[in-house]
Amino acid sequence: MKDENEASDAAVDPRRRAFMGVAAGVTAAVVAPGVLLHAVAAAPRSEAVTDDVRWGLLIDTAKCVDGCSACVAACDRENGLDLQSKPEGQSPLKWDSQRAAWIRKVKLQDNQTGRVTTLPMMCQHCEHPPCVDVCPTGASFKRADGIVMVDRHLCIGCRYCMMACPYKARSFIHEEMHGQLTAVPRGKGCVESCNLCVHRRDFGEESTACVDACAAEGHHAIMFGDLKDPASPISQLLKEMPSRQIREDLSLNTGVRYSGV
Amino acid sequence: MKRIVYREWRISPARYWGILGILAAVAGMAILAFGYMEHTGHWVTGMNNSVVWGTPHVFAVFLIIAASGALNIASIGTVFHKPIYKPLGRLSGLLAVALLMGGLLVLVMDLGRPERLIVAMTHYNFSSIFAWNIFLYTGFMVIVIAYLWTMADRQGGPFNQPVGILAFVWRLALTTGTGAIFGFLVARQAYDAAILAPMFVIMSFAYGLAVFMLVLLFTFADEGRPIGPKVMRRLKNLLGVFVAGVLYFTLVYHLTNLYGAKNDGLEHWLLLSGGIYTFLFWVGWVLIGGLLPLGILYHPELSKERNWIVAACSLVILGGLATLYVIIIGSQAYPIQMFPGQTILESGFLDGVKGQPGPYSPTIPEVLLGLGGVAVALIVTVVGVRVLQFLPESLADGVVPVDEETLSEEAFAKPA
Repeated sequence: MKDENEASDAAVDPRRRAFMGVAAGVTAAVVAPGVLLHAVAAAPRSEAVTDDVRWGLLIDTAKCVDGCSACVAACDRENGLDLQSKPEGQSPLKWDSQRAAWIRKVKLQDNQTGRVTTLPMMCQHCEHPPCVDVCPTGASFKRADGIVMVDRHLCIGCRYCMMACPYKARSFIHEEMHGQLTAVPRGKGCVESCNLCVHRRDFGEESTACVDACAAEGHHAIMFGDLKDPASPISQLLKEMPSRQIREDLSLNTGVRYSGV
Repeated sequence: MKRIVYREWRISPARYWGILGILAAVAGMAILAFGYMEHTGHWVTGMNNSVVWGTPHVFAVFLIIAASGALNIASIGTVFHKPIYKPLGRLSGLLAVALLMGGLLVLVMDLGRPERLIVAMTHYNFSSIFAWNIFLYTGFMVIVIAYLWTMADRQGGPFNQPVGILAFVWRLALTTGTGAIFGFLVARQAYDAAILAPMFVIMSFAYGLAVFMLVLLFTFADEGRPIGPKVMRRLKNLLGVFVAGVLYFTLVYHLTNLYGAKNDGLEHWLLLSGGIYTFLFWVGWVLIGGLLPLGILYHPELSKERNWIVAACSLVILGGLATLYVIIIGSQAYPIQMFPGQTILESGFLDGVKGQPGPYSPTIPEVLLGLGGVAVALIVTVVGVRVLQFLPESLADGVVPVDEETLSEEAFAKPA
């Protein structure tokens, strides 16, 4: 009796064992990549942004080409601004004043000398941003790494930041949105502006869409980098090249610098 | 002097409900306009990325500063001990609360995300003058309601003076805060001026008093309650001083700007070549809101006639709306000077190409929303005076308290 029992315990059904093995293997194959990928994806974003860096741009207006708007097109694509559509019934002229734009090309002429300059304008990522000062809810904020942006969960759409911005850098979403990019969510009734492609920063990627596009055109008029690192190319260039801030009389210490204006 | 008796507004029910019905209809239109703008998005308004605050803000700011100005009458009685103003204190307090409610409603209903009002009440950024104003506005309502209680309830009597002083200080802070919303903005040339804060205070004196006088004259006339020439003369002279004060601040504001070469462009545009804004400045702000009412209020004959005083008050209000249109919308329309000494030839975002101002033209829903705020303020007032004892039975010369200044009547028979 005892022997029989021992014998039946010891007896193994090979098919059952094989099934368990396959099941375990399949489960691992299905779940593991997800877990691993999730872990990989979460890694850089699980750490808080630090002020070890300060992101900024240097724009060399001598290299910025009149008639080229590659930076604008690239920004529109990267940040889903090209997904905006004119509401039915709106006049094109009026829509032009209402659609959102994070970056635009501006062409200037000196009143005295007649010299013409073209340059891209965007949020200047001030160290002391007036938009952050005036925001009643704190939706408009500056990250530790110097990027000024809007928390669209807190924005109530009062537009006081747009009143306060000396660079006209901000846009209000005037219309219902259809089709959005996961990386750049957007909502009717909120304010937004250039955030130096913050989704790229958070995944540890280099550069911004406008910088890449300008380089792809062969102009290299915009340089992105860490203003705090004295060894970074942008800091090195700033040290050599004469540059200035737009509206420097306001002492906002902008993160975007221009040379040749 | 007799004891002042306050009594509910006893016009016929048909007329009362008729007035309420009309006001409710205007408020209803505003609710529809609000629903339309919020449902479709702000593209249906005239507002855009250059002119971000539009007609609703003109109405809202007008109502908010008129609210603090309307409280002046009560303050003059309580804080500055002018007994002749005391019988007017209750109506003054009621109007202050009512106008503020109307103004705040318009402001809130124009938000891009009005449903997130709770966010504004739970997340504060205290470097924002807007956040401070949320406390200034709600605090004002609470204090004025307490002030009304001290005026109307025997038990509140002893607190009348301290609460009155608090309300007076608070209303000064409130209007300073409202002016600072614009005055603190370094970005735009037409703002960025400390004088805007006291200018808003003097504007509130004028607009608040004009609204107060219209409401007083209308409610009294409608029920046949008497207002003596003494009270009328006092109020209209006071309005004259306030209107002149607004003109004075306007003059100083523009002289300051004109003195520095950097503001030449702005002043030239606003005073000479700004189209609708130039027109509204000279005709609305200066003429209709300033010189014409001054002419009426200090005219030896016209200033004695009730209808002319009503006209003067109405002109002050119309001029006030024009003033705020120029201050709020005109100042945004003038392009931000990002590159002084340079002309913008092309821009992908309407940066004032060749000095072009930002585009804006008001739309019907915006105007309806603004008028809705006025209607709400008047509904609160009408219901208030109907059900509670806000209005004195009479303001005839024999009834109102003797003022120290009226002891030598002759010297004050004619305005100085």
